[in-house]
Amino acid sequence: MTLTSMILKMSEGLGRTCAIFFLTLLFSLPLGLVVAALRRSRFAAVRMLTRMYISLLRGTPLMLQLLVVAYGPFYLFGMSVSRNKLVPTIIAFALNYAAYFAEIYRSGIESIPQGQYEAASVLGYSRGQTFFRIVLPQVVKRILPSITNEVITLVKDTSLAFTLAYMEMFSIGKQIANSQSSFMPFIIAGVFYYVMNLVVAFVMSRFESAMAYYR
Amino acid sequence: MNILEIEHLRKQFGDREVLSDISLSVREGQVVSIIGPSGSGKSTLLRCATLLETMDGGSLKYLDRYAVRDTGSGAEYASQAELKAVRSCFGLVFQNFNLFPHYTVLKNIVEAPILIQKRSKEEALQTARELLAKMGLSDREDAYPYQLSGGQQQRVSIARALAMSPKILFFDEPTSALDPELTGEILKVIRALAAEHMTMVIVTHEMAFARDVSDHVIFMDGGHIVEEGEPDIITNPRHERTIQFLNRFN
Repeated sequence: MTLTSMILKMSEGLGRTCAIFFLTLLFSLPLGLVVAALRRSRFAAVRMLTRMYISLLRGTPLMLQLLVVAYGPFYLFGMSVSRNKLVPTIIAFALNYAAYFAEIYRSGIESIPQGQYEAASVLGYSRGQTFFRIVLPQVVKRILPSITNEVITLVKDTSLAFTLAYMEMFSIGKQIANSQSSFMPFIIAGVFYYVMNLVVAFVMSRFESAMAYYR
Repeated sequence: MNILEIEHLRKQFGDREVLSDISLSVREGQVVSIIGPSGSGKSTLLRCATLLETMDGGSLKYLDRYAVRDTGSGAEYASQAELKAVRSCFGLVFQNFNLFPHYTVLKNIVEAPILIQKRSKEEALQTARELLAKMGLSDREDAYPYQLSGGQQQRVSIARALAMSPKILFFDEPTSALDPELTGEILKVIRALAAEHMTMVIVTHEMAFARDVSDHVIFMDGGHIVEEGEPDIITNPRHERTIQFLNRFN
């Protein structure tokens, strides 16, 4: 198998790699905000459950979580295992990343000075208005560097989808490596991930400079 | 007519009573200064009056609207809707400005009138520009707070409070974060407001200013009102504790 045909074959999986990447961000970024809100709930039971959720999802491997989401329903309830591998992959990724994002949001929310809330309160802003107009925009600016870190990790984590035999770029590479007894696919995969992360870093630095108009 | 009426206000942090039996009323057009050592409860009193702290006893009333009623054993707050109406009666200027850093000067001033008071954008912009002109900041409406000096930021925050057309304006040590030169700027603005008969309650350490600008001066210590009266109590205090405190300023 030539180098070009290896690259072409692996490129076919890039669509799926990107699907995992974008769908995970699409669901986990807002879900993380919800988790962060629950983490700060006024009900102690809700706070405790949320902490357990975060602790579990950060404390166990994503690979294991993928298996639980995909096969848990079968072992627990005897439900048939779906042939669609994208759905369980996205569910596991989104739940996992939401836990990390929630803690990043929380750190950002807690770093906003109390005076901002007080100024908004005296002006008559409701809690929702205060959060979405005053707090959240400032939080986003403060947490962007941490979000960038997670997003870069996510690019590389997409390779874990091979656990469910969801044939994204890395899984295809592994298959070729096995059948051809070649190390080349791994090097190609490395280059792909590196280039994708160059793009991520570039886009995120654009976001950061877009928010640099105030201090 | 009394704009603000506080009766028998009591506030404690844990077991410690920080305000005991404070009663205070402010008439329309009156300028009241509250002086006293740090930790005497001046700021906490202002924070209770502006609903930033909850009081544990007593009543709080703006015009004829009760924000808090005295139940005898405690303090009963009005409904959220009623408190919202009460909030539109007053404005507060903070020691450290608390401008919104992600908004321009103009947006800091117009957002609340448009969003909360549902005023038209044109009207809010016009009011804001008039206020900025009054504050000598007409050329800074597109600046962000970080680009302004402390004195300028404080003037914007005064404009932000005034844009809501409050019936009464509170100042919580408005010059404590500023150097003497910038302090002068702010005192000048407050003097101009007093000349227009704006109703104000000012917590301050600027004794000469308090004497000149106020109609009524309150001296607080240890959570109590120790002495109050005409502004000349600053030059001729009667109470032992007031004399002792004011001596340090002369």
